[in-house]
Amino acid sequence: MSRELLAPEGLRVDGRRPPELRRLLTRVGLFAVADGSAYVELGNTKCLAAVYGPKEPRTQSAQLHDRAVINVEYNVASFSSGERKSRTRRDKRLLEIASVIKRTFEPVVMTATFPRSEIDIYIQILQLDGGALHAAINASCLAMIDAGIPMSDYVVACSAGFASGTALLDLNYIEESAETPALTVAMLPKSGKLTMLNMESRLHLDHFKDVLDLATEGCKSLAESLDEAVRKACKTPRPI
Amino acid sequence: MLEISLPPRAQARRAGTAADGDDDDDVDMGGAGDRQLVTPGETITTDPAFMRGHGTFTHEQALVASVAGVVERVNKLVSVRPLKSRYNGEIGDVVVGRITELGPKRWKVDIKGRQDAVLLLSSINLPGGVQRRKSESDELQMRSFFAEGDLVSAEVQSFFQDGGASLQTRNIKYGKLRNGSLVMVHSAQIKRSKSHFIVLSCGVDVVLGVNGYVWVSKHVPITPEMESDPEGLYSNQNEPMTESERETIARVCNVIAALGRQNCEIHESAIVYAYDASLDYAVKELLKVPVQEAIVSQASALLRQAATQ
Repeated sequence: MSRELLAPEGLRVDGRRPPELRRLLTRVGLFAVADGSAYVELGNTKCLAAVYGPKEPRTQSAQLHDRAVINVEYNVASFSSGERKSRTRRDKRLLEIASVIKRTFEPVVMTATFPRSEIDIYIQILQLDGGALHAAINASCLAMIDAGIPMSDYVVACSAGFASGTALLDLNYIEESAETPALTVAMLPKSGKLTMLNMESRLHLDHFKDVLDLATEGCKSLAESLDEAVRKACKTPRPI
Repeated sequence: MLEISLPPRAQARRAGTAADGDDDDDVDMGGAGDRQLVTPGETITTDPAFMRGHGTFTHEQALVASVAGVVERVNKLVSVRPLKSRYNGEIGDVVVGRITELGPKRWKVDIKGRQDAVLLLSSINLPGGVQRRKSESDELQMRSFFAEGDLVSAEVQSFFQDGGASLQTRNIKYGKLRNGSLVMVHSAQIKRSKSHFIVLSCGVDVVLGVNGYVWVSKHVPITPEMESDPEGLYSNQNEPMTESERETIARVCNVIAALGRQNCEIHESAIVYAYDASLDYAVKELLKVPVQEAIVSQASALLRQAATQ
């Protein structure tokens, strides 16, 4: 199975080389009503994120007196993958991913500047071709910056896997579903610190370093693209 | 000599202006061309002489930006103003808000800030203009003054320890809003100015809330008798309005929404000239993007023409 993922010429199923990212397309600030919003397209994976806040918490009990609370809602559209699946809001898998994203952002966002408020992140996966988690984190990061919420750095995520003795960057759906060990990393590009490291399969320790290095390299390369997108979107109100 | 380290791109842009000898230590207001744009995590300066302002933090003695925006420097204080954020109140701001909740001796008001503002029972005027301490009976009939969902215009009076704003409506120009409609724009688009209560010649009043809520209503002249009118101040009844008055209000709303969508600064003259430019189009056409672009460019032409005369 895993031999098919890397052709003898060294090309992957979609024609990329092992350390190659998919095409990235970003749009920042698409919604007028949300405080911040962003759209990220990584190859065929499409993700929307909207940020509301910091705002008054909807319930009195949800507020903390010394910092803001971050809420994440992660949704996968039923039409997003080849097979139509309707997921409920209470889907355990979706809740788990939402909580992973929440914990990824908590150490980076300066929540202490907004006591008694909440920040809501809504993520919608429109099309799923592997790498939904890192597309969602990158989209949320852009939306948070668009909302003007202070963060100590960008949060950039990327995935890497291991097949046929080679580390592969940014797995697509076929590679992910072939039971390839996949590692998703969220990183602060300026300091090089990792804020999330997620792997749900087994990988020999000897290969782990290669995979991790490749994923962090991918993060650094994505960070430059995201920074460019933010700079392009930065527009002050112009005098008429 | 202190100097903020600029990113290479900004440095290249500044090279021209630096030759004029204005690159020194005094307050740098910065023209539109030479503003330093930073993104989160970007080091602004490593000089320990600078002070940390809003939108920045210190990391290993370097001053680092925490938001994407423009660097502002006032003497030794360096801050970064985000290009878009929720409303950050200042004392004296005129705001438009919506009552969300009634509490003990207070209303909670949504002013699009990081938390709801508080309007205390003691900082409103009683109907009929009587000046006295608010009694328990006033507390019981608070909902007859402002109920949930009502829109109010108010002034930011003070701030609590945790950053929450306290409002006041102790003036005839503030209070419950009637006879009109609300437009929402970004708070960054409304600059603080001398007057936020605008009377347009087309018979429409505009309240420009600094928080980005704009109230457009039929012109009702403020008379001293209104203050003593026991019913008028907190009435929920709209005044009778003709079809053409409604249309004018809708046109002004759409003009302001167009300025908002085109990311323009919104102030009195912008609204006046954009309104004049909009008269060639039907009211509902103003929602189309090409029409909005045409109006904004025509309005700025009119504004420039008026400035040269």
